[in-house]
Amino acid sequence: MNRINRLFQNKKERVLSIYFTAGFPELEDTVPIMEAIEAAGADIIEIGVPYSDPIADGPTIQDSNMIALENGMSLKKLFAQLEGFRNKVNLPVVLMGYLNPIIQFGMEDFCKKCQELGIDGLILPDLPMGQYLEEFKELFEQYGLSNTFLISPQTSENRIREIDQHSNGFIYMVSSHSITGAKTGISEEQKVYFKRVQEMDLKNPRLIGFGISDAETFNTASAFGHGAIIGSAFINIVKKSKDLRTDIQQYIQSVIQ
Amino acid sequence: MIRVDEKGFYGKFGGAYIPEMLHPNIEELRENYEQIISTEEFKTEFQSLLKDFVGRPTPLYLASRLSEKYGAKIYLKREDLCHTGAHKVNNTVGQIILAKKLGKKRIIAETGAGQHGVATATVCALMGMDCTIYMGELDIQRQRPNVERMKILGAKVVPATSGSKTLKDATNEAMRQWINDPVDTHYIIGSVVGPHPYPEMVARFQSVISEEIKIQLQEKEGRENPDLVIACVGGGSNAAGSFYHYYNVPEVRLIAAEAAGLGISSGKSAATTILGTMGILHGSKTLLMQTEDGQVVEPHSISAGLDYPGIGPVHAHLFDIGRGEFVAVEDEDAMKAGIELSRLEGIIPAIETSHALHALNMIEYKKDDIIVINLSGRGDKDLDTYIKWGGY
Ligand SMILES: Cc1ncc(COP(=O)(O)O)c(C=O)c1O
Repeated sequence: MNRINRLFQNKKERVLSIYFTAGFPELEDTVPIMEAIEAAGADIIEIGVPYSDPIADGPTIQDSNMIALENGMSLKKLFAQLEGFRNKVNLPVVLMGYLNPIIQFGMEDFCKKCQELGIDGLILPDLPMGQYLEEFKELFEQYGLSNTFLISPQTSENRIREIDQHSNGFIYMVSSHSITGAKTGISEEQKVYFKRVQEMDLKNPRLIGFGISDAETFNTASAFGHGAIIGSAFINIVKKSKDLRTDIQQYIQSVIQ
Repeated sequence: MIRVDEKGFYGKFGGAYIPEMLHPNIEELRENYEQIISTEEFKTEFQSLLKDFVGRPTPLYLASRLSEKYGAKIYLKREDLCHTGAHKVNNTVGQIILAKKLGKKRIIAETGAGQHGVATATVCALMGMDCTIYMGELDIQRQRPNVERMKILGAKVVPATSGSKTLKDATNEAMRQWINDPVDTHYIIGSVVGPHPYPEMVARFQSVISEEIKIQLQEKEGRENPDLVIACVGGGSNAAGSFYHYYNVPEVRLIAAEAAGLGISSGKSAATTILGTMGILHGSKTLLMQTEDGQVVEPHSISAGLDYPGIGPVHAHLFDIGRGEFVAVEDEDAMKAGIELSRLEGIIPAIETSHALHALNMIEYKKDDIIVINLSGRGDKDLDTYIKWGGY
């Protein structure tokens, strides 16, 4: 069984997924950051593959993408760094990236490589469901990769049901109409949306992301879903960090308490 | 047949590769736009604004001195005489009426040189709509007069400070803004790029160009079809508009002039069909200038309007199946062609357009061929570039 499915079988609440950009702040930080995330007690690791034109991302992740690219990060480089990482890291690992670099690498080669290395799932924000079903679903399944779709407050009930039917890992609930970026607090309006989706009784677990940054927002998100995803706030921590292991430990502990 | 299929593809190119957050907006457009633009009410308003506000039909002008020089019968389709100085306004007039019918309150748009930004700010003023234009920080510095025009018209101009700070980043920023404000906002894309249905929708609004060419040529020459149509291609909206009714008339040659910048192999070029490979940018699968790792490469052209790393999916398709002939024109040659037209015909063209003019030197044609060149815009906005270049 895929590590993601196993995780959600054993843990039904307060699941914490941490996103970071590969190659940021330094090119070779990838695996050390993964180890630190695991040691600190998070549940899923999301590795962002940097891209020149990340249209769903706010300034924090845009910057980390730019710097990672300047540092020389690429899919090839990332795969080289991930060689043998399963000897050090046990958590489920998901790659998050825009389609273009993956298509240049070759979708089948990409999937094959992910399987070889022990990657469990993919989040491709600019791959719409229709295109996934038509072009890529079979490949993902062949290589044992779970695929995660996003939904937002604007997503219709019918479409959420359809997405639920075609997801096999978890559903990524974008918390508001917005691009990524650490904000403060979760509004009543957002809670209404969380509750609406909660009551739909979907088959897939739901993680809430975008704007989750601390214990309070993590607790709120966890009350309405199976847990949350933190990205920009984590990027801000590693950006300032002089001692990745300690700072990551401290930050993640402060969130999950 | 050249036409878009149900999923938004022209052959291998097109589609709608967008984040789920934009899905409802794109669906709303896709489901409604064809129905709305085929109503009598829409058509009447569109036609009347094109006529009385934009100044259509634009003349099809026989350029006799240019014809004499090149040894063919050359007509210029005078889009430079449109209100605001370029073809861009045909599209913004169409989209603003559509946005109103969809009940939208706010308009956002991207702009490179500022022509599309000005055309958008203009129709927003006309309709009393709130307008925000995203423009690369570098382009804001390079295109000061157009920035001020937008502001005079009441638009807010927001600098795009990410990435290379030019047109592609302005487009990213506009898309992000649309994600942040999806309900009340309509995004007026300025060329035949972006996710389906934009490329086809923008082409439909621009297709008035070839619709008029057919009628005007019939009057002047007793035939609807020229032997060649030539247009420049940035994203490709003026080209799509002037090719549209000739896509499926194989005897009409379609010539697309791209910007070669400082030369194809100089590393400073925007010749997408030559340097590009299949990729995904701004929601569609198309030819794209990129590194082998799939990072988008910053293009270069002396004309800000051709300075885009991709090309509309319909043009990628025309190139792919050999229906379009693509030429790549260098900065220097385009500038000379602009001066030449000024001296021969008394028309100072936009530098984008000058690329199409230089194509006459790069292709073969017969002595009695009838050639229509789409004169996409006038050179007023480019005076600074002409002055800096100085070769006149
Ligand atoms: C006069 C003129 N021609 C051509 C273009 C290029 O755009 P497109 O390829 O969409 O026609 C522009 C863009 O700003 C322009 O201003």
